[in-house]
Amino acid sequence: MINRVGNSTIKFKMPPKWVSGYAIVGPKEGQSPLATYFDYILKNDTFNEKTYELAERKMFEQAICGATDKANLLSTDIDVLIGGDLLNQIISSSFSARQLQTSFIGLFGACSTMTESIAVGSCLVDGGYAKNVACATSSHFSTAERQFRFPLELGCQRPPTAQWTVTGAGCSIISCKGKGHKITHVCFGKVIDFGINDMNNMGAAMAPAAADTLKTLFQDTNTGPDDYDLIATGDLGKLGSEIFIDLMENFGYRLGNNYCDCGQIMFKNSQMAFMGGSGCGCSATVMNSYIYSKLSSKEYKKVILMSTGALLSTTSSQQGETIPGIAHAVIVEAEEDKK
Amino acid sequence: MEQEEANIYYGKFVENRLPKTKFFPSLLRAFYVGGLICCIGQGISDGLKVLFPNLTMDIVQAYTLVILIFIASFLTGIGVYDRIGAYAGAGSIVPITGFSNSIASPALEFKSEGWIFGLCVKMFTIAGPVIVTGIACSMIVGLIYYIVGLL
Repeated sequence: MINRVGNSTIKFKMPPKWVSGYAIVGPKEGQSPLATYFDYILKNDTFNEKTYELAERKMFEQAICGATDKANLLSTDIDVLIGGDLLNQIISSSFSARQLQTSFIGLFGACSTMTESIAVGSCLVDGGYAKNVACATSSHFSTAERQFRFPLELGCQRPPTAQWTVTGAGCSIISCKGKGHKITHVCFGKVIDFGINDMNNMGAAMAPAAADTLKTLFQDTNTGPDDYDLIATGDLGKLGSEIFIDLMENFGYRLGNNYCDCGQIMFKNSQMAFMGGSGCGCSATVMNSYIYSKLSSKEYKKVILMSTGALLSTTSSQQGETIPGIAHAVIVEAEEDKK
Repeated sequence: MEQEEANIYYGKFVENRLPKTKFFPSLLRAFYVGGLICCIGQGISDGLKVLFPNLTMDIVQAYTLVILIFIASFLTGIGVYDRIGAYAGAGSIVPITGFSNSIASPALEFKSEGWIFGLCVKMFTIAGPVIVTGIACSMIVGLIYYIVGLL
C-alpha cells in the first residue's frame, strides 16, 4: 500500500501529531510584532557564550529541551532528532545532537529545513519507525553573515532587496499519540532554478520553487487556497511573496488574505530588515510559536506550512552559478475537541 | 532551450519589480559624510602644524593618516563605524578611514578562529583586492613613466 496521492504528495493513514513547539529568538527578534508568542528571548545575541557559533548551538539545544518539556516527555523518550542549519557541515545541529545522545538525521535544505524535517519526521512516525521525533532548526544573524556575506563591523550598505537572517531556533515534537495538531499531508518539493544569481535577492530565487510546490500540493489534494485558513511561506520576504502571489495567479490560484510570509511578518518596517527575515530560524520560530498557538486557539483549523530554501553556497555564487530554490509543504489540521 | 527562455522571461519579470536605491539621497549622504571626514583630516593636519611648527609637511601628512586610521579602527571596535557606513555608503568607504575599517572588521570577526589562521589570514579578505589593484596599477603607471622618460 503506497500512501501517496497525485504526483508527489504523501497522505498519512494515521496522521502524526504535532504535540509541541518551542521558539527561542535573539534580542532584535524580541522586538518584533510577534514577540509575545516566543517562548524565550535572549538578552544578548551571544547568549553568554564566547562565540556566535556556540550561541547558536546553545539556542538549538534549548529549543529541543523546551519542546520536549512542553510535550511532557523526557529527552530519553525522543527516538530520533532531525534537524539542520545554515552553517557549513550543519555544525549547530550535529554538535547539539552530540549532547542529546539519540539517533540523529542531519538535513540540509537551507532555509527550508524546518518543514523538511517535520515532513521527514512525520513519515518516520506514520511508518511506525519512531514514537517521538524532535525536529529542530536554527540560524543566527552573526554566524550566517560571516559565512555568506561580510564581517559584522564592516561599514557597507545593504541593497534594498536584502533580507535579515533571523537569530533564533525552533523545535517541534512529532508524536504518534497524545494531544496535538494532525499532520495530514506532506509534499517534498522539487529543486527549481529560474536563473537568478543575485545573492541579495533570494526571495526571487525561491518564489518559483514555492509556487511549484504549492501548485503540486493543490493539484494532488484537489484543494484550492480557500480550503485553508492560512498558507504560510518561510522566508520569501516582501518582494519574494509579491512574485509568489503573481506566479500562483498564473497557475490559476488566487491567494487572498489567508496568505502570509513568516519573513515578512517577523519584523516591523522600522527594524531595518528591508525585505524581511530569512534563515532557518525564521520559519522555525514563527511556525512553532505564532502559528502553533493560533492552531491551538482554533483560530486556524487547516494550514499549509511551507518553508523555502535557497540552495546556494558562497563558492557556487562566486563561480557565477545561479541559485536553485526548494520548498517543502506540510498540511496541518488543528486538533479537534473531543465531545 | 525552453528553460533558457523561461529564465530570461523570469529575469525581466523580477527586474521590473526590484525596489530601487534612492539615487539622490544616497549621493547627498555620501557627499557630505565623505566631505566631513576629509574636513576632519584637514583639521587634524592644520592642528598638528600649529602645535608642532617644526614638523615638515611629509611628517604632518603621515601623522594625520595615522590618527585617522586609528580613529576609524577605534570606531570599528566599538561598533560605530558600520552604522556610519550603512548611512553614508561610499562616503565612508572611499576615504582612508574606510580602508582601516575594512581591515579592522575582519580582524575582529575572525579572531575566534585563532591568531594566525583566523586574524592574520582573514585580515585582508576585503582590503586585499584593493592592495593588489593598487600595486598592479602603480607598477603599470611606473612602467609607462619609465618608458616616457627614456624617449
